[in-house]
Amino acid sequence: MDFELTDEQRMIRDTAREFAAREVAPKAAELDKNARWPSEILTKMAELGLFGVAIPQEHGGAGMDTLSYALAMEEISAACASCGVIMSVNNSLFCDPVYKFGNDDQKKRVLAPVASGEKLGCFGLTEPMSGSDAQTMVTGAERTAGGFILNGAKNWITNGPHADWIIVFAVTDRSGPKVKHTAFLVERGTPGFTQNAADHKLGIHAAHSCTVFFENCKVPDANIVGKVGDGFKVAMATLDGGRIGIACQAIGIARAAFEKSVAYAKERKSFGVPIAQHQAIQFMLADMATQIDAARLLAWRAAKMKDQGVRHTAESAMAKLYASEMATRVTHKAIQVHGGYGYSTEFPVERNYRDARITEIYEGTSEIQRIVIAANLLR
Amino acid sequence: MNFEPTETQALIQRAARDFAARVVLPIAAEIDARATIPPAVVRALGELGLMAVNIAPELGGSGAGVVAYALAVQEIARACASIAVTMSVTNMVGEAIARFGTSAQASHYCPALARGDEGLGCFALSEPDAGSDPGAMVTTARRDGAEWVLDGAKQWISGGSAARVLIVWARTGPPETGTKGIACFLVDGNAAGLRVGRPEDKMGLRGSSTVPLEFASCRVPATAMLGSENDGFKIAMMALDGGRIGIGAQAVGIARAALEESVRYAKDRRTFGAPIAEHQAIQWMLADMQTRIDAAHLLSMRAAAMKEAGRPFSREAAIAKLFASEAAIAVCNSAVQIHGGYGYTRDFAAERHLRDARVTTIYEGTSEIQRLVIARSALA
Repeated sequence: MDFELTDEQRMIRDTAREFAAREVAPKAAELDKNARWPSEILTKMAELGLFGVAIPQEHGGAGMDTLSYALAMEEISAACASCGVIMSVNNSLFCDPVYKFGNDDQKKRVLAPVASGEKLGCFGLTEPMSGSDAQTMVTGAERTAGGFILNGAKNWITNGPHADWIIVFAVTDRSGPKVKHTAFLVERGTPGFTQNAADHKLGIHAAHSCTVFFENCKVPDANIVGKVGDGFKVAMATLDGGRIGIACQAIGIARAAFEKSVAYAKERKSFGVPIAQHQAIQFMLADMATQIDAARLLAWRAAKMKDQGVRHTAESAMAKLYASEMATRVTHKAIQVHGGYGYSTEFPVERNYRDARITEIYEGTSEIQRIVIAANLLR
Repeated sequence: MNFEPTETQALIQRAARDFAARVVLPIAAEIDARATIPPAVVRALGELGLMAVNIAPELGGSGAGVVAYALAVQEIARACASIAVTMSVTNMVGEAIARFGTSAQASHYCPALARGDEGLGCFALSEPDAGSDPGAMVTTARRDGAEWVLDGAKQWISGGSAARVLIVWARTGPPETGTKGIACFLVDGNAAGLRVGRPEDKMGLRGSSTVPLEFASCRVPATAMLGSENDGFKIAMMALDGGRIGIGAQAVGIARAALEESVRYAKDRRTFGAPIAEHQAIQWMLADMQTRIDAAHLLSMRAAAMKEAGRPFSREAAIAKLFASEAAIAVCNSAVQIHGGYGYTRDFAAERHLRDARVTTIYEGTSEIQRLVIARSALA
């Protein structure tokens, strides 16, 4: 048993940390305030290989491991959670399934430019009336010569307003007791594929999401990912990886709020001393530090298991469940440590708190994570 | 990063797990009810090398390291928390003597503690009015020729009624020297002038006897001092750092047992026409239990690995102990809830687990002390 990072992992963490401090953190408040898509930051993130961290170099990625991806996600998210999720969606929800289930042509044609950050990917599973329960999916794909015709809508599609490619899931077989899904790659500009304006959200303002529509949208056979009917498997395997990314996003947000709280507690005085000298504050900080460490180890364990190629469904669910709920608690306490200032948009913990809240919802709500963990326990 | 145990670690873990399942688990309820651990069990732990897991083989130990030690404590605690704490404290006393003692002290005590056939190792630090704040201790050691004379009272001494050797902290300087004027002494369990009080009637950990001690002109030779005269506080803090890894592991073991029994019960017991395992209310509790246990386990292993690597680990041990102990109580509480009325009875182990878990946020540094340690590190 050993809890040390390799030199390479340390290097990517330090590189991402230094980049985040220099290029991302100074702009985070402005991006949030204006809900501005951070194009110029994304370009630089692409140069650092952050859009395909764990994708081999021959397919356009940086060729690192999942743990390195986890480290980079934490660093970027600590500076700006919106940049974190843009990165996470591209890495985990788009590149990962295309790499794992796609064919050579798709890896060359679609994966390489997305993994290198030249193009952007997104992931379409959720629908207006079908989130956690994919059996109720309405979007369907009908066989046609040389491909499928897609009809339906997908919502909360992070990166949707800007993405060049979407991996979208549609029902291709309703004949059995359980519907069967298939995963398709659809390029922006394909006739019948349109995007709504960006959603208005509580947090992660700079990460745009939207509803996308498919109206008699023809997708060629060449764009089917994996086998016809295997879509649900593709989606679930993808989310196993995606949850590691979101766990690390949550950890990054929480760490940022914790660090700000430590700094504030040393500076701010009450009753004649810095508030850091009051046990009430010390205990909040101690609990924050403890919970962040616990979340990080759960996330790193899941990342390591993914790298080893062993099933990590329950471990990813535990990491995501714990880290996301932890981030909400920690950012809540960070506001408490800051008092009235914490409630003001002048201090970043206000943004951290809003940004943290989504992590309990997307890529499987906390309730879904508990179902996954319990199912694994009760097998 | 590697979360898998090495071969040696897995070997110790398996040995502890097999022994726990075969010998300890069948008598765990009886140990609790009778408030005593059969000496044969302690001897058997010694034979398996579990009383000195992280002690060098030259001193009779297994030389298997801190991670192996933590894994072993966890496995034993899964069956019986009383035996786990007995094992944990003796291991720590052996380590402290091996680390801070002279070679004569180490070769005199360590092999005996490792064998487990002459009695246990004990820490005598807490006093009736000095627990979390050892600087407030009033037990004194007065030099008299070639001897030290100990006077005072110690409280909450785990295993104190069956001690082979006790590490006793006493003040050699005046009270105003605080934590500085404190030294440690190795005192035999049968030393003249050492009076062992009546075992405490405790909520849990009933198999492990906890006693008050009285030192009345208890004379020990000058060679009984562990470390140098002003090293007492330092030794106490280092021993507690290590001890917290053991208590974290104990808490994880208790919690695992509670979860495993809850899963079994939930699959078996039916309400509203279905096993209660099919109700989300129960599934949620199980999922949260598992998540917290895994996090606690990883924190405890990280602290163990850092200690084993010779790196500073006070913060990590405090985090592991704080998180694991509070998780254990929450998990055991849920286990009782899942068992319903049966969980409140002694017919099911969940009741014992909750009682046993409760002490883990108190001894070897309360949760409040752990938070102080962690906050100090955050604010440094």
